[in-house]
Amino acid sequence: MSSAKPVNQRAWWFVLPVLISVAFSALVPLMTIVNYSVQDILGPDQAVFVGMEWYKEILRDPDLHGALYRQLIFTAAVLAIEIPLGIALALGIPERGWRASLTLVLLAMPLLIPWNVVGTIWQIFARGDIGLLGYVLTQLGVDYNYSQHPTDAWVTVLVMDVWHWTPLVALLSYAALRAIPEPFYQAARIDGASRWAVFRHIELPKMRGVLTIALLLRLMDSFMIYTEPFVLTGGGPGTATTFLSQYLTQKAVGQFDLGPAAAFSLVYFLIILLLCFVLYNFMKDPR
Amino acid sequence: MARIDLEDVGHRYAGAGDSWALRPMTMTWKDGGAYALLGPSGCGKTTLLNIISGLITPTRGKVSFDGRDVTALPPEARNIAQVFQFPVVYDTMTVFDNLAFPLRNRGWDKPRLQKRVEEVADILELQADLGRRARALSADQKQKISLGRGLVRPDVAAVLFDEPLTVIDPHLKWLLRRKLKQIHQQLKLSLIYVTHDQTEALTFADQVVVMSQGEIVQIGTPEELFETPAHRFVGHFIGSPGMNFLACEWHAGAATIAGVRVATSSTQTPPAGAALSIGVRPEHLELAPAPGPNTVPARIAAIRDQGIQTMVQLEVGASLAWAKLRNSPGALSSGTAFARLPPARCALYADERRVP
Repeated sequence: MSSAKPVNQRAWWFVLPVLISVAFSALVPLMTIVNYSVQDILGPDQAVFVGMEWYKEILRDPDLHGALYRQLIFTAAVLAIEIPLGIALALGIPERGWRASLTLVLLAMPLLIPWNVVGTIWQIFARGDIGLLGYVLTQLGVDYNYSQHPTDAWVTVLVMDVWHWTPLVALLSYAALRAIPEPFYQAARIDGASRWAVFRHIELPKMRGVLTIALLLRLMDSFMIYTEPFVLTGGGPGTATTFLSQYLTQKAVGQFDLGPAAAFSLVYFLIILLLCFVLYNFMKDPR
Repeated sequence: MARIDLEDVGHRYAGAGDSWALRPMTMTWKDGGAYALLGPSGCGKTTLLNIISGLITPTRGKVSFDGRDVTALPPEARNIAQVFQFPVVYDTMTVFDNLAFPLRNRGWDKPRLQKRVEEVADILELQADLGRRARALSADQKQKISLGRGLVRPDVAAVLFDEPLTVIDPHLKWLLRRKLKQIHQQLKLSLIYVTHDQTEALTFADQVVVMSQGEIVQIGTPEELFETPAHRFVGHFIGSPGMNFLACEWHAGAATIAGVRVATSSTQTPPAGAALSIGVRPEHLELAPAPGPNTVPARIAAIRDQGIQTMVQLEVGASLAWAKLRNSPGALSSGTAFARLPPARCALYADERRVP
């Protein structure tokens, strides 16, 4: 008798359902896009192989550069505001009792609102004539008008995103904070640690894992932001809130440039993948 | 280092109703003493420790260090060190920085701090790890760092240990316990050590404080606790197996078991109406071949030969008792026998307490 473990090839059948669903949900659409990205689609039955032509065109497109630039600034601003603000909120949530429950429910409310509704709420809220925010700002003498001033539109989308998603970071951080055993705080008091030292040396390190998740989620989501600027100004005024996905949609749906749109989708995908990879490795446990 | 006085200190946790987690008590912890707080889980020993360190403000009473009232002071203002059951290390810091942390927070200058940290690392054999990140270490080593942070401040009123060796493996536990004892002798620190392990308490401490159900039932040297338990709980809790308590009656000025007068070391008369028993350690209970003074009829229920000793279980009246016999008693068999209670080695207990 051989001492080798018998290999049962039939076990592969167990993996098959996953393989099939992954193939249809991810691989097949992805390969379709790859296919489109190297062809010039002239009609339903007419296509010409063009190689890397679309990629070259896309990467040289100044509109894309503009959208990418806006997108990077926007995502950086989202992360720079939402993560610290979320942590600060989490530190302020009561530890237990009805106050904690109430705070959590109130905090979670924006998370329950669909994207397009968030866009609509802010579109009305920030209007200078009938919106509370826009009206008050205008009355205070601030020259605020998101449908005319690019900066105003950009800031409005940013504030909207902060309002919508900071609670997520806060809730995740809160969960991590509650998981820190009491003796850590007790020992810090005995050691004479300042409030800052407790945060820096106990709370922040213990939140690391959760913050990595929060950061990745917000990075990916904000990088794919579409609905809110679409509802608010449709990417305008001008191109002020035309982020990458607006640009993509304009190409694919508006102009029906399937080839360049497909090529750009892949580039877009690779950018997100790369950013997540870099960030994940940066945040990973330095053990 | 300081003398710690607790005056009428008691604590109730919020929401626990009328029950005392720590019943009001008064005691003094001498400067430079090595104390163990011994008792089962939930007896209030950690509560007492946290009251001394200031993590808990007692519901009533006064805590003072060297006569200075510190009841209202938070732990950081009390000049006290405490080591917890599970290792608490600052993950992001090196071992050196962990040990230096309490000193830095108190504004020590660099050369003095360096010297002190190295001394403590030396005592705990952590020199080789000083430059390493604390999070990469094993649980044992992390707990050594916690111990180190407790010992690093030389001027503390006392160092409090809350079951600090729970997560340490048995071999190292033994070494560290000896180390702590040694440190106590070297540095003359006041140490208070909470444990539910009697061996740990008895080997570590000069004075053992035994607690049960929120109350201190006896304070004494290990020998006193063993020889003259003041409370039946102490008798049960200390020793393995614990003290035997044989139900008895009071007849004509003497305790009797099954009609036999039993003389004990107690000289006073027990209060009338109390449930009486005679306490005797298994180590002191003897088997006798025939009736005699202080010898009561018994029945051998079980015999366990443990090699160096023989455990014999006896039924004396309605009570069960163990006798631990050093020398092989020869051929023993179940059935009728006689148990001798050496008068100097047994005492009368009224309800739960020893009759003086």
